[in-house]
Amino acid sequence: MTPHRLTEIWVYLSASPLLHLSLTVVAYLIADGLYRRTGRHPLLHPVLISIVVLVGALTATGTAYPTYFEGAQFVHFLLGPATVALAVPLYFNFSKLRRLWLPLAVGLVCGALTAALSAVAIAWLLHASPQTLLALAPKSVTAPVAMAITEKLGGPPSLTAILVVSTGILGAVIGPTLLDLIRVKDPATRGFAIGAASHGIGTARAFQESEEAGAFSGLAMGLNALASSILLPPLLRGLGLAA
Amino acid sequence: MLRTLAVLLGFQLAGEFVSQLAGLPIPGPVIGMALLFASMSALPALAAALRETATELLQHLSLLFVPAGVGVMLHVHRVANEWLAIGTALIGSTVLTIVLTAVTIKTCARWWTHRRGLE
Repeated sequence: MTPHRLTEIWVYLSASPLLHLSLTVVAYLIADGLYRRTGRHPLLHPVLISIVVLVGALTATGTAYPTYFEGAQFVHFLLGPATVALAVPLYFNFSKLRRLWLPLAVGLVCGALTAALSAVAIAWLLHASPQTLLALAPKSVTAPVAMAITEKLGGPPSLTAILVVSTGILGAVIGPTLLDLIRVKDPATRGFAIGAASHGIGTARAFQESEEAGAFSGLAMGLNALASSILLPPLLRGLGLAA
Repeated sequence: MLRTLAVLLGFQLAGEFVSQLAGLPIPGPVIGMALLFASMSALPALAAALRETATELLQHLSLLFVPAGVGVMLHVHRVANEWLAIGTALIGSTVLTIVLTAVTIKTCARWWTHRRGLE
């Protein structure tokens, strides 16, 4: 095969969604395999490794993000059906949910407010720009909802997406150790705290602890999306951060 | 598998419809989740039918965040300029949120089960 022919094939493939869709799935599968093989080493979180590998590949080939996203959007889209699917583990853990509904409701409001206010306060003290503050506020909310909140307030939604993913990885990595440290053993409480702070990526981690932890993490993620979309807009306007 | 996907998409669609119709700030998929939960409570056979595929999908939940994360490419400049503020805020806030949420639930649950035990 001549180099010229190879270039032609590259030009054809790089313009089709197939290439970047496959790259995304394969990069994740390899990263996930590595993560399992190293006994889930925190620094080898598969989302983190996949992002590093993909950004490296796109930079090396001079591919722009919108071109990449044309293929990757098919994976991104599944966030919607996956959010709906969270109702299933929730249904199978309903008896415990009914028993604990009040403590969980109080924990939810506390978690949603702490996540937004502490992030904005710390970044403000360290002189972050107003746009960064707006993007930070919904960082504990699941990606599609967080992006919608930022957009509504006049912030940059794509920056929010990254902060959401970073928060998810952080929560998944430090959450279990942190909860061991403060001696929280109940799987429902552990899952709920991880889900409230670090949404879907935390929920994926909680499912590795147990189905019960995962179910309550998913519940916290769904409820936090609900609570934050109601609480954050008036709160940020009240603080004078958003128009 | 296909039937589960159809059910999930159907509930997401219904959720979006309700969200738009009522002008709610709550996103469509979250309303879809609530609607699916209510439907399974009314029809337990639905829950049993969805269980396997839904669990499988949720096991790969992290993969779905990769495309959004790759968007870091668009913000290299801002992140480089404000890395200290962003990094400290993310770590500090994540630790605070996990600890405060867990401690609140634990304290509240102790009081709650105690009170209900006395009734």
